[in-house]
Amino acid sequence: MASKLIETQDELDKSKEVIKVESVYFSYDGPLILEDINLSIQRADFLAMIGPNGSGKTTLLKIMVGLLKPQAGQVFLFGQGIEEFEDWYKVAYIQQNATHLESKFPITVEEVITSSLYASRQMKDRPTGWRKERVEHVLRLVGLAGYQKRLMTTLSGGQQQRVLIARALAAEPEVMLLDEPTTGVDHQTQENFYDLLGKLNHDYGLTIAVVTHDYGLVNKHINQVACLNRKLIYHGRHEEFCQSAAFKELLADGHHLVMHQH
Amino acid sequence: MLSGVLTSGFFWRAILAGSFLAVACGLLGVFLILRQDSMISHGLSHLAFAGIALGLVLNFLPLIVSLIICVIGSIFILKLKKQASLPGDAALAILASGGMALAIFLVSLRMNFGVELMGYLFGDILAISSVEVWLSIILALMVTILILANYHQLLYMTFDRETALVAGVKVSSLDKILVILTAITVVLGLRIVGLLLVSALTVVPAAAALQLARSFRQTLVLSSLFSLLAIMAGIVLSYALDLPASASIVFLSIGIFLATVGGKNLATSLKK
Ligand SMILES: Nc1ncnc2c1ncn2[C@@H]1O[C@H](COP(=O)(O)OP(=O)(O)O)[C@@H](O)[C@H]1O
Ligand SMILES: [Mg+2]
Repeated sequence: MASKLIETQDELDKSKEVIKVESVYFSYDGPLILEDINLSIQRADFLAMIGPNGSGKTTLLKIMVGLLKPQAGQVFLFGQGIEEFEDWYKVAYIQQNATHLESKFPITVEEVITSSLYASRQMKDRPTGWRKERVEHVLRLVGLAGYQKRLMTTLSGGQQQRVLIARALAAEPEVMLLDEPTTGVDHQTQENFYDLLGKLNHDYGLTIAVVTHDYGLVNKHINQVACLNRKLIYHGRHEEFCQSAAFKELLADGHHLVMHQH
Repeated sequence: MLSGVLTSGFFWRAILAGSFLAVACGLLGVFLILRQDSMISHGLSHLAFAGIALGLVLNFLPLIVSLIICVIGSIFILKLKKQASLPGDAALAILASGGMALAIFLVSLRMNFGVELMGYLFGDILAISSVEVWLSIILALMVTILILANYHQLLYMTFDRETALVAGVKVSSLDKILVILTAITVVLGLRIVGLLLVSALTVVPAAAALQLARSFRQTLVLSSLFSLLAIMAGIVLSYALDLPASASIVFLSIGIFLATVGGKNLATSLKK
């Protein structure tokens, strides 16, 4: 089955470090929002980014995908400085409130995904047959086989979210960054969603960084935690996080952290 | 009567220029509405009008002068929109009234072209010259080709701008292309339906298509067809019954729009 997200062993070996954030400082013409952030995401990591509202999680994600430029510090993608980086099809980004769609936009599920497959030169050169197959494949992957002709606006929030994941997967990315992907959907849908991410990470080695308030739902899938509050309070292995001072501080803040037993 | 129509050069020139423009308007209108940029064509139409007045004062091809001014204006609008020191609509309102004021000022310099300028206020497709027909066809064709050539990227960024940007879509170049194409279309539309109705030409057929379409591709096709239908029928009506073409065209597109809204409501109430 041609379902590998990463094509060759060569590519696997080239660099193990997918994203590196080095001494990043950022402000939006005002107070510092991010201070001295150092973060490294390795291939096949599943990182959860947590922190209170307004702590700079969205800002950091936007810096990592080049939508914002830090005032100081550097970002590297696949070992390359972000300014020089060109292989954007390797990076999938799902923004916060991505499913707050314009309610009248007449676009089918197939069109959502296909249009993304022309985004870059590498993608445009693929044959049309490849695109059709790709759409079918990624829809199957997210459990929406046969939904090609449905209008986006007729889907539930959870289904729309899965279409956006399918779109993100279609370009065969190597890393996926998601910003609070499950706000506004019910608990069961959230759980299914994180199980899907877990599967993509586990079965295909997809590197994932997700900003989330549902720590309790992701913690069975992740291996890394980053805890942000202007500074990076904690960054490291998930198992050690629960013993750390940062974790207790978060609990003291009344952060919603339901732990799953496993 | 009918044989007179069919052998009339005016009539065929109008049909030819009109149908090419119709398709360009139909395609562009869908993007303008979904990008919430419909007001841009309104603002640009006033600037285009000032350009026509300037052309008449300088006694140099008004359509070309207008085209140049409008394209420069469109880039300026884009800059204003990016800076966001003003909400987009306010900047456009300033531009529209500034354009109009400039036109009035230019008219006051040399009153003798007031009548000619009126043609651009209310549109006068049957007075279109063969040079203008060719210009319209070439420009309208350019608008259509550029939109179709960038179809997927335009759709991606209209639907989800930020993700498209990260994915490598050249969002700011395409922004420029769209706004310049709008400027071109508005100038051409000015000749055909006039300042007062030109923004209707880009917006109404697209709005009608949005009522019915079951996909984005369908929206583009329907919008172009509606626009084509309104312009062709409007020209025929105006020629046959001696009505103003611009008003007939806009009435017909509004008629189509109301029919689609009615048809949609009927369909939903029948389903219940
Ligand atoms: N576009 C912006 N302009 C100015 N300030 C902003 C902007 N976006 C976010 N902020 C501020 O930056 C801080 C961090 O925001 P954000 O990164 O969205 O936090 P989080 O995602 O953790 O909730 C907040 O104080 C917010 O008010
Ligand atoms: Mg956020």
